[in-house]
Amino acid sequence: MAKLSKLAKIYLVLVFAILYAPIFYLIFYSFNSGGTMSSFEGFTWEHYGAVFNDTRLLIILMNTVIIALLSSLISTAVGVLGAIGIVFLRNRKTRKTVLSLNTILIVSPDVIIGASFLILFTMIGVKLGFASVLISHIAFSIPIVVIMVLPKLQEMSSSLIDAATDLGASKRDILTRVIIPYIKPGIFAGFFLALTYSLDDFAVTFFVTGNGFSTLSIEIYSMARAGITLTINALSALIFVVTLGLVLGYYFFNQRAGQSPGTGGAKT
Amino acid sequence: MKDNPSRPLYLVPYYIWIALFVIVPIALIFYFSFLDLTGAFTLENYQNFFSSVYLRMTLSSFWYAFLITLITIVIAYPTAYWLTKTKHKQLWLLLIIIPSWINLLLKAYAFIGIFGLYGPANKLLQTLGAGPWQILFTDFSFIFVSVYIFIPFMVLPIFNSLDKINPALVDASRDLGASSFTTFRRIVFPLAINGVKSGVQAVFIPALSLFVITRLIAGNKVITLGTAIEQQFLVTQNWGMGSTIAVFLILFMIIIMMLTGQKEKGGSYNGKTK
Repeated sequence: MAKLSKLAKIYLVLVFAILYAPIFYLIFYSFNSGGTMSSFEGFTWEHYGAVFNDTRLLIILMNTVIIALLSSLISTAVGVLGAIGIVFLRNRKTRKTVLSLNTILIVSPDVIIGASFLILFTMIGVKLGFASVLISHIAFSIPIVVIMVLPKLQEMSSSLIDAATDLGASKRDILTRVIIPYIKPGIFAGFFLALTYSLDDFAVTFFVTGNGFSTLSIEIYSMARAGITLTINALSALIFVVTLGLVLGYYFFNQRAGQSPGTGGAKT
Repeated sequence: MKDNPSRPLYLVPYYIWIALFVIVPIALIFYFSFLDLTGAFTLENYQNFFSSVYLRMTLSSFWYAFLITLITIVIAYPTAYWLTKTKHKQLWLLLIIIPSWINLLLKAYAFIGIFGLYGPANKLLQTLGAGPWQILFTDFSFIFVSVYIFIPFMVLPIFNSLDKINPALVDASRDLGASSFTTFRRIVFPLAINGVKSGVQAVFIPALSLFVITRLIAGNKVITLGTAIEQQFLVTQNWGMGSTIAVFLILFMIIIMMLTGQKEKGGSYNGKTK
């Protein structure tokens, strides 16, 4: 493979620098003993202390994590089954319709999802709060999981299933011992993406959250509108470290998975 | 696989989801767009939408979305292209994606500090002798932050489609004497156009409906369709008018999807090169 030119390297470095500058800027000022993000006065941990002493904030943080984990687990389960179902749909037209319906929530703007879910929950009488937020997050994560799993299923050769059938495997065996292991990377990718979407979501949550319940992004929004508090910086530093840990863990998991026979050929 | 009696069972939760969270919400939006504040049937909302205020807002929303998408492509395409040529490309790609995992609000918040009157952007301008500027709450800051937010979403699909291109095709083109520009224009670009299209889908429609960044960074000076919907739903509590704007946003979305839609041919073609 051709080596990167100098220009290419400089360009990439610049893009990376710009992408990460705001994040490190936030983290840097989280250690500022002055109250602003413009002049660094001295090193302090006080803003981190403020995060951990703020029970309200901790509860919100926990809400956010619980919603993210629950919604991605449930949406992964529904999405994987949906994707398997779609692949087995023999009628081309039905499959196409289902796939188009699947894409709708992915491409729909958050405000529309939020607004329509708000109407829906109000109409069917779901109380705005934990339940409405969780249901919304599950709802917008399912199509993402399907999209991540589908390509894996499509690249799976049908002779694998035929072979399993010939060897006497039941439908259940085929699902749990052939299909699921084969599409595992897709499932994990879907799960992590769902997790991301849930953690990252602001707009949909903003519509369906009501008064009593709040997630981190809702809280940050109201804090940011009120002005700069370095507590947000400390919080974002913590989030960044956790995110990085998750992503790296995912990457190494994927690397290991990549070495298993079957997909090993793809890596060079 | 010829007969699969358990197939419908797989799909039950998924079908319920489609009915309840895809079809019903859209139907509700459509239904509410014909209701006025008292809940009576009316066409007034549609009349209002075609008044000059809303038309101007729609146009400006489109203009901003167009600019944001264009700039994002210009920045993301070379990034994706060169990333495919790096040694640990998956790791680098991951590093591009990580910022998109960081909550949008945090990134917007960071820019409030960076573009603030005493922030680093103005400090840099001052050392260059260009005096402090009001950067926050301008069109510039709005577009800059939006592009910043969308870069990973554009890099990812372009990277994926570039990465799928069989290198033998590029080698063949070179062997046949094509210059690297010709190779790019005739081989790489057409084969990766689907990535660009997905990128446009992933950027243009959200850009039409941004409301966080308009509120935090653009200081309510920029009003997008999204801002208007949010305003109608959560501030004015006029769900009818909000729904009408949403109906149009959905229409625009469908048009954009059709324009950037991918023929199934492309997908299977990529599959065959494996």
